Amino acid sequence: MATPGKNSVSPVTELNPNALPTSTIRWQPATITKIVHNTPRVSSFWFRPSEPFAFKAGQHVDIRLTAPDGYRAQRSYSIGSAPEDSPEVELTIERLDDGEVSPFFHEVAQVGDQIELRGPLGGHFVWNVGQGGPLLLIAGGSGVVPLMSMLRHRAAQRSNIPALLFYSARIWDEVIFRDELLAMHEARNGFELAFSITREPARRPVDFSRRLDMPIIADLLRRLPANPSIAFICGANPFVEAAAQGLIDAGLPAPLIKTERYGV
Amino acid sequence: MAITTRGFFGRHREPGAEGRLPPGQHLTHDFPVLSAGPTPRVKLETWSFTLKDGPRPVAKWTWDEFNALPQTPLMRDIHCVTTWSKFDTNWEGVLVDDILAAAGMEPSTPYTLAHSYDGYSTNVPFNDLTNGKAMVALRYEGQPITPEHGGPARLLVPHLYFWKSAKWVNGLQFTTRDEAGFWELRGYHIYGDPWKEQRFTGD
Repeated sequence: MATPGKNSVSPVTELNPNALPTSTIRWQPATITKIVHNTPRVSSFWFRPSEPFAFKAGQHVDIRLTAPDGYRAQRSYSIGSAPEDSPEVELTIERLDDGEVSPFFHEVAQVGDQIELRGPLGGHFVWNVGQGGPLLLIAGGSGVVPLMSMLRHRAAQRSNIPALLFYSARIWDEVIFRDELLAMHEARNGFELAFSITREPARRPVDFSRRLDMPIIADLLRRLPANPSIAFICGANPFVEAAAQGLIDAGLPAPLIKTERYGV
Repeated sequence: MAITTRGFFGRHREPGAEGRLPPGQHLTHDFPVLSAGPTPRVKLETWSFTLKDGPRPVAKWTWDEFNALPQTPLMRDIHCVTTWSKFDTNWEGVLVDDILAAAGMEPSTPYTLAHSYDGYSTNVPFNDLTNGKAMVALRYEGQPITPEHGGPARLLVPHLYFWKSAKWVNGLQFTTRDEAGFWELRGYHIYGDPWKEQRFTGD
């Protein structure tokens, strides 16, 4: 029987007052400085905000596009770059065929364009090395983006906090940041990497080729030196829900599990 | 001052959305799922809803007792801070007015905090809950609310951003001052009026 206030998703004590906005986070123009094609459907857009801001790994920004008649479209995108890369921020955007904003980025946006954004936003799905670990990260598809920011932050801080990323993608060529992740894994500094390529055979002995299930979760937990002190799951809603329930079935307390979801 | 985005014309304007879509929102026909943690496993046998005055419980209902309270249908547009809106959603549940009436309670303060099974909370001024404006919803589109959408019961405050409509709600508490809830402590607006685009602190 739960009591209000008890068993909190996220105790107030974990809040970092510095991460909380004390005043309005304003819209500002940012210039696209670089576009990198990650996979056939995913590209990274690097922005230089006119007013640089500090952020925590896992946070997002809002983007707004304005048409000549004043019509606007606004969306949230997670920051993929490390806080240490500031003032530039990398937004990694998957092209959604029925989308309105992502096709603009993939078909129209060019280096030098000015786009309005504001941030950083979101104070829950965040991690820094001060929070410690072991850190369990579970990504489905483009859900890897905010988790990549956490791993890049960990690397930039030369941290050896135990961390594991399980990253599920349909095919090997849709794995975003693949080479960078493999290189991070090679560093052997406490970071474990397991891909699951659901529509192709596994490429490495440590990888899988099926949807996340209880045997995979048990296997992953054995690869960490101790139970995770915090877990972040990001991806499409059914994936996230299945992973979160799986972690609970494996004995992880729900308050340690943070989720970020998209879709229905 | 907004800048026009080079090469952006917008995919389409929603027909019929004029005057119904708050600024910065777009219309969706599906029902996205957002939550900060795992969906809690709530059993109807142990479900309860508690009305509190500060720390003091005033009334508590089991699932069957709560279902025996007057059930009211409500059709409303809903607006998520992540910028989707959904029109004409149909809910059924117990108006906050009827919850207070059943408890024989007068509002003791102008502020409330809704609590949920997963530890979530959100603050809503009592004025925004009364006079038929809000309910504890038990059904969506004629069916029990699914767990991922907040079932068995969720708060419904449709005129505010949808994070105020707490999923898995299990209590409403009158507080002596306006206490920030889960997202309000994490940078989201203390009130959350979609028509004023009160998404984040200071908006």
